[in-house]
Amino acid sequence: MNEISGILLVIVSAIFVNNVVFARFLGICPYLGVSRKLDTALGMGFAVTFVMTIATAIGYVLHYGILVPYKIEFMQTVMFILVIASLVQLVEIILKKVSKTLYNSLGIFLPLITTNCAILGVALIAIQEDYSFVTSVVFAFFSAMGFILAILLFAGIREKLEEADVPKLFENVPIGLISAAILSLAFMGFSGLVK
Amino acid sequence: MNEALNIFTRGFVKENPVTKMLLGLCPVLAVTTSAINGLGMGLATTFVLLGSNVVISLASKAIPSTVRIPSFILVIATFVTIVDLLIQAFSPELNQALGIFIPLIVVNCMILGRAEAFASRNGLWYSVIDAVGMGLGFTFALFLLSALREVLGSGTIFNIPLVGEDASTILVFALPPGAFAGLGLIIAGLNLLEQKMGGSK
Repeated sequence: MNEISGILLVIVSAIFVNNVVFARFLGICPYLGVSRKLDTALGMGFAVTFVMTIATAIGYVLHYGILVPYKIEFMQTVMFILVIASLVQLVEIILKKVSKTLYNSLGIFLPLITTNCAILGVALIAIQEDYSFVTSVVFAFFSAMGFILAILLFAGIREKLEEADVPKLFENVPIGLISAAILSLAFMGFSGLVK
Repeated sequence: MNEALNIFTRGFVKENPVTKMLLGLCPVLAVTTSAINGLGMGLATTFVLLGSNVVISLASKAIPSTVRIPSFILVIATFVTIVDLLIQAFSPELNQALGIFIPLIVVNCMILGRAEAFASRNGLWYSVIDAVGMGLGFTFALFLLSALREVLGSGTIFNIPLVGEDASTILVFALPPGAFAGLGLIIAGLNLLEQKMGGSK
């Protein structure tokens, strides 16, 4: 029972309270880069979910299976980034063979994911927080859901902004950042929900 | 020499990695709660950029182009590990404040971007200048944002109080929304500056 309520807390915290984009500042580049259209934002979101969950699981196994027994934890950064980079390639190859449609919709986002700091960040946080294997995977999956929520909300706002009359100085990036600030302010309302 | 000066200065204004290219924004937004953190992060990133640019410009001929991205990432990750261990050893407070964003320097797209776009195609000398210019431009942007947030959010600069004890500060600038808004305002401000200078470029 305790286990289950712990996992529920992790879920709520990952989506709302410690949202990857608004509270942890991870994955800002794709958040600003591919959020111009709702459908590309969704595609990026799914690709991130896929890679983030698998990368965290593999990272967990390798960390406790290899790095800890041999006391070489300082190799963590190097190993995790190698896992992510090769995973992205692998996913790309498998998708190409298995499902053409999925490959066509997610394909262009995959190379970008290697340098998406949310993936490495979430994998590292799961280790730092001493989560169990199941909790880590749940945490990774729902952090990705939080990312999707953030990027979808923002894409919606941006599509509206296209038609808005924005002062010239604030066009494009500045107004985007200020909208993000207001969104992030709204998400702060969730803080205190989970300690 | 003119060419070198040009490479050096463009990292500051014309191609500033933060305000113009919007690269590596995650650490920019996350660690800029105080001026010291901003400077620390900027200098750590500059060090990694310098190291990776030097190694990559020297080794680029030996790296087959099919595996160049993984090789670049490996070089960058090595320097990040060095910085990580150095900061842990010499400044535990900075390590505490920057936290997870030190290992995350690996995925700072600015560094991979410079490796791919500049260091792998240019000689050692220009690559060093490019790294220092871009790194300092990055540090400058971080410093600007962190100083703004520290002054407005906590009423201090480098932990030195600017206003009286009981004065109220705009706390929101010290919190996550302030990071987004602050950067938005700075970019708009730079746009204004550029407009005032009459688009001299």
